[in-house]
Amino acid sequence: MDFMQFVSAFRWIIPEIVVTACALLVLIVEAFRRERGASLASGIICLAGSVVALYYTRCLWNQQTPLFNGLYVIDNFGTFFKSLFLIILVLISIVSLRYAAREEIGFGEYYALLMLGVLGMMVMVSSNSFITIFIGLEVMSLAIYILCGLFRDNLKSVEAALKYFLLGAFATAFLLYGMAMTYASSGTIDVKELGRLVSEHCFDITPLFFCGMSLLIVGFGFKIASVPFHMWTPDVYEGAPTSITAYMATGVKAAAFGAFLRVFYTGFFLFTEDWSAILWFIAVLTMIVGNIIALVQNNIKRLLAYSSIAHAGYILVAFVTGDKVLSSSILFYLMVYAFMNIGAFTVVILLGRKGEPNEEIESYAGLAARHPFIALSMAIFLLSLAGIPPLGGFMGKFYIFSAAIKTHYYWLAVIGVLNSVVAAYYYLRVLMYMYFKEPERELGTIDFSPAYVIVILVSIAALLYTGIWPRTVILLAQHSVSIF
Amino acid sequence: MPTLPEVPISLYFALSAILFTIGAIGVITRRNAIIIFLCLELMLNGVNLAFIAAGNALNSLDGVVFVFFVMTVAAAEAAVGLAIFVMIFRLKGNVNVDQINLLKG
Repeated sequence: MDFMQFVSAFRWIIPEIVVTACALLVLIVEAFRRERGASLASGIICLAGSVVALYYTRCLWNQQTPLFNGLYVIDNFGTFFKSLFLIILVLISIVSLRYAAREEIGFGEYYALLMLGVLGMMVMVSSNSFITIFIGLEVMSLAIYILCGLFRDNLKSVEAALKYFLLGAFATAFLLYGMAMTYASSGTIDVKELGRLVSEHCFDITPLFFCGMSLLIVGFGFKIASVPFHMWTPDVYEGAPTSITAYMATGVKAAAFGAFLRVFYTGFFLFTEDWSAILWFIAVLTMIVGNIIALVQNNIKRLLAYSSIAHAGYILVAFVTGDKVLSSSILFYLMVYAFMNIGAFTVVILLGRKGEPNEEIESYAGLAARHPFIALSMAIFLLSLAGIPPLGGFMGKFYIFSAAIKTHYYWLAVIGVLNSVVAAYYYLRVLMYMYFKEPERELGTIDFSPAYVIVILVSIAALLYTGIWPRTVILLAQHSVSIF
Repeated sequence: MPTLPEVPISLYFALSAILFTIGAIGVITRRNAIIIFLCLELMLNGVNLAFIAAGNALNSLDGVVFVFFVMTVAAAEAAVGLAIFVMIFRLKGNVNVDQINLLKG
């Protein structure tokens, strides 16, 4: 009887099983392939697997159950994030169908690792125990360390992998020590149980407990790329293959925020005043440093990396408020952010070619006259990142700053809005290059592959939809955070 | 039969903190990627010691189980890390992190 219950519990994790099975299938298919070229079959398996997993994730909506002795949990919060990761996986694998062929990424492991990374993210946001959070985090990170260094002959790519690996492992050690300290002082590694023990005063609150909490902030702060733990971000984003940069900037950030939210809004919720005091400073620093350094960047990938740091700061503004209902704005923002970032990076991919990435902002000069479609779509993504209505980025910022005002964090909202103004400068600078400058040199023919165009059109549609009718997505986000 | 005096739990935590700190200082000051990686392992072992000591003091198995996972993941991390070091060594001839400075700004 017990055994049957154990087996039937696996039906709740069908999306994870589908993703894992497809990743292994890709590895088997690759093993039997003769020639080492970019593999269309693996790409199709990856795409099909993620669509099937998305379908099963959709079926889990409004289901709520703890699994495997409380190690894992199925709820709307996890389901929302899982859908987000699978959408990201679908978009990235569509882009990769063409990008992998162009850059001669002849390893099928590419798709397998993409899927295993998403598996780690899915485990991270649905875990209710420090063990599973740690395992999910590492499954995700290990896949991404390898993906960063995929261009084995390109020193930049290998350097990105090395930097991400060393600093990532360093941050993981801090996260683990935080977990060890929390465990030593509270006696549990179960997040929900931790929240219950705290509220019932079952153990003494020692300095050890607060050390543990601070170290957890360091560990998660690294993965979401907040200042002062942001050093790796620009280097890794620039060096990694562009499809992987888009995947990291959206997926990893969302996964880290998901786990961060679950741990701090359930486990440490009674100490909101303590951690929000620390995070207040981190949020302000992250916004200011990200935006100021982005002003002087000339490489578009670096610019987007610093902008991604700044966006982590905006999201932290909503995090700091410590309001359970208003934290839905974080989920909404992460969803919108995924679309605008993947769209922008797809345009970056579109303009580059093998051995000639065209990542300098100068190569965007005069783009509007030659390729109005590319210029217009890049303009939409940048304006959305800057937060201009009627695009999704505006609604995301609107919900975040209104959350700060509703909870009386007026200064934080003011600093955030001022930062958005600064940010508009460097986004509009790219726009100015595209529309008002004469081109310095020919870009040559552009490869308008359907793989890129579909992703760009889908992202634009999603941004317009979330910008004009945000109600559907914000309601989904509010249902998701109702578990807290 | 004389028994050894029991070591107080706080000493275990002190040792784990010392191991972790030595590791962290090593990561920051050393320049050879492999030494940095060894220091990272030292940090993880500091964490492991804290988990075991806490598990023992609390009389719960969670801490001990956690250590198994940490060790497994550390092994996987070593595999990936060493592969990355080999890639760097092939391209540059050394694994000195000071000389790996193509990306900056």
